[in-house]
Amino acid sequence: MRNFHEARWDEPVIFKLSRKGERGILVPKIEAEIEREVGDVFSGLPDFMVRKTLPALPEISQMRVLKHYLRLSQENLGADLNVDIGQGTCTMKYSPKVNEMFVSNPRAADIHPYQDVSTIQGTLEIIYRLDLMLREISGMDRFSFQPGSGSQAIFAMASIIRSYFMSKGEERDEIITTIFSHPSDAAAPAVKGFKIVTIYPDKNGIPDIEALKAAVSSRTAGLIVANPEDTGIFNPRIKEFTRIVHEAGGLCAYDQANANGLLGIARARESGFDMCFFNLHKTFSTPHGSGGPACGALGVREELIRFLPVPIVEKGENSYYLNYDLPDTIGKVREFHGVFPAVLRAYSWIMALGAEGLKEVAQVAVLNNNYIMNKVLKIRGAGISFPETRERVEQVRYSWSKLTEETGVTSEDIIRRMADFGFHLWTSHHPYIIPQPFTIEPTESYSKDEIDEYVDTLKHIAEEAYRDPELVKNAPYNSVIHKIDRPEDFDDPKKWAITWRAYLKKRGEDHKDTN
Amino acid sequence: MKKIGLIVNPIAGMGGAVGLKGTDGEEILRRARDLGAIPGSPEKARRALRRITSIKDSVEILTCSGMMGEDEARDESFSLKVLCETGKFTTSSDTKNCAKIMLDEGVDLLIFVGGDGTARDICEIVGERITVLGVPAGVKMYSSCFGITPEASGDLALFYLSGERRDTSLAEVLDVDETMFRKGILSTRLYCYLKIPSGGHLVQNAKASSRPESEKAQREAIAEQVIESLEAGHYYIVGPGTTTKEILKRLGFETNVLGVDILHKRKDGKIELIGSDLNEESIQNVIAKEESGAVHLIVTPLGGQGFILGRGNQQLSSRILETVGKEGIIIVATESKIASIPHNSLLIDSGNPETDRKLSGYYRIITGYHLFSILEAKSWH
Repeated sequence: MRNFHEARWDEPVIFKLSRKGERGILVPKIEAEIEREVGDVFSGLPDFMVRKTLPALPEISQMRVLKHYLRLSQENLGADLNVDIGQGTCTMKYSPKVNEMFVSNPRAADIHPYQDVSTIQGTLEIIYRLDLMLREISGMDRFSFQPGSGSQAIFAMASIIRSYFMSKGEERDEIITTIFSHPSDAAAPAVKGFKIVTIYPDKNGIPDIEALKAAVSSRTAGLIVANPEDTGIFNPRIKEFTRIVHEAGGLCAYDQANANGLLGIARARESGFDMCFFNLHKTFSTPHGSGGPACGALGVREELIRFLPVPIVEKGENSYYLNYDLPDTIGKVREFHGVFPAVLRAYSWIMALGAEGLKEVAQVAVLNNNYIMNKVLKIRGAGISFPETRERVEQVRYSWSKLTEETGVTSEDIIRRMADFGFHLWTSHHPYIIPQPFTIEPTESYSKDEIDEYVDTLKHIAEEAYRDPELVKNAPYNSVIHKIDRPEDFDDPKKWAITWRAYLKKRGEDHKDTN
Repeated sequence: MKKIGLIVNPIAGMGGAVGLKGTDGEEILRRARDLGAIPGSPEKARRALRRITSIKDSVEILTCSGMMGEDEARDESFSLKVLCETGKFTTSSDTKNCAKIMLDEGVDLLIFVGGDGTARDICEIVGERITVLGVPAGVKMYSSCFGITPEASGDLALFYLSGERRDTSLAEVLDVDETMFRKGILSTRLYCYLKIPSGGHLVQNAKASSRPESEKAQREAIAEQVIESLEAGHYYIVGPGTTTKEILKRLGFETNVLGVDILHKRKDGKIELIGSDLNEESIQNVIAKEESGAVHLIVTPLGGQGFILGRGNQQLSSRILETVGKEGIIIVATESKIASIPHNSLLIDSGNPETDRKLSGYYRIITGYHLFSILEAKSWH
């Protein structure tokens, strides 16, 4: 096993480092000549716009800021630091560093969305060409890059579904999804005001088609599902699913946030979907960026283009332009044209691989996944969701329930122990239907040696659990912090805060702006 | 000084270890011993106790002699007082006697180590009068009053005793239906409810919840959805369960969680409770003169096996169910309840195979406000 110990800095939050009067930059005093020439620049500002007090920012020198953030950076297990295959459903793959050079180039980094289109023709061309590529990959007819995340793309799909039925004068208010699709496939349309009808899997882990037949009605507005689902199981009857929903009068939307096992192999169009979206930060390798900025590239069939968010990029006779003139547009889901750096990175990644390369990505991701599955299932105490179905695409939802029953060691304990060896593992997201879950998704990026090291560590910890459960239960020992005494506190909003201001407020202290 | 009651059922789980389907009855126990079963629950008791050693100085354990608690508490060096003496071979009546003494002593938390049978014995004596928590050690574990592991039970006890979390919730106690068992069929029924510390993901059958309040919040949302869809002039028979009773609670009616009640939404929109804790005949009297389309039945599945009819709501006879019909049945369930049911398949056992057949098929289950799931209910025959 790897001999690892992570940095452990007793580093306070930056607000606690603040020293009154300390500065990062001493701004030079305005020279008398300039002051005379320019005059009082502030008196022209409307009174309501002028701050009466200074913002309560930490007062701290440059060098201490740098040290602060370097210390924090040593206390994580980021995608470039660990073998990040334990974060199943997130599609953690290598983001080639050469693409960072493109996005930091002033021609990409310093442009502004309000620039005249004649000055950003290259940018528009890249957006347009990525649209063409994603059309080919999905079989859809037009893409918008405006949504800033997968969930926002789902929200945009729900908006399109609603606008579509409004334009037809039909009152339909139900969206059907499956329990192992991403929870946002239910949450985003619920925010849009739809009722949500959930389909459960049959005993083989495949969405129950009879349940779908019972679910559809004249209230059905659409189907929003992932395939393969979070279990890694592909619904082989997906064409029947879309047919049943179409026959009931609904639209079909495909959550392809993670299409990593399907590139060049299966497309949304042939499955019968009317729209789909890709998370460029999953399948197309742009960095996850700890919550953004991202892009949920949204594609639709010809007859739904008129509902897309505006503007979309069009190719004219001699130039590219922004088209705001879509009669039934849902409007905007985000400002401007989307996160261009994400678009540019995805474009570069696809250009580097080509069509054959993309297909190889999918094949290697699936091969890696099946290799891991065979190794994991040999580990004492490890099991798999829906064991009758061994055909898995790019990831697998596993279970430690046998190990938990026999040793008392839970999935969360093992996750903490993995950190002692420099690895990240997680349960995966809601809902926790599979007991003691863990989800592994290797993508195409990792070598056999790295995969072996990761799975061997899981095996080592499972053996520890049988030999000395307390050792695992009290982990981590070599990580940034020890086990938190009361993890239950995270369930109590009074006990935590996500901003300094909220922290002070919850402690009953005032967040005073400095005068 | 907080008082913890501790009852260890030393024979719990022994049947399962040697392939028997439980450890109920002396004959089974003797066979289990003959087959070489050794008690596993004392070690599970110690595993749970180890999680609360940090408050050792501020608690006293009240317990039974020998392996029923004394030995385990002594092993983990808790200060203890033996309140009841038991013989070498302990029985279900020892559990009940001890539970009675602990109830009278007014313990702050009664921890028991065992399975569904132990839970049922304790529930029979203490009901909802004191807070109880199970440490899982049995063969049959369908009830929702246990921690997911002995350690989880220990952690939950610690939070509760240290005052960190004082809220409680009602947990189903399910056990094998003895009449069925004698016919050689293993099936569970609802016997009673225990008051347990609220514990989110630490408690069995709460696997789908990520927040401690989510079970309660989900039940409230379900109730809101049901109340919104009640139709004027219609009658609603409300079956047992915390999820169904939340509907009554939101309407201002407190009734027995195990009983069957009837709501009526009058033509003027006012909702009234026209009967509570009703038996078969009084339900029949209310609905007999009504048209079948105007009578509905609201039920919730039991955790573990997923029965919606015939396990704990025998008042709902086949003639009542025939009046209600499949269209009239409204099923409500939290996501975690659905997750606890094998293959998410609901079961019906009305006592009449023909009625079961008519009522089986797919249902739209209410799981929240504007949230539904489609599940199949099968005749259990």
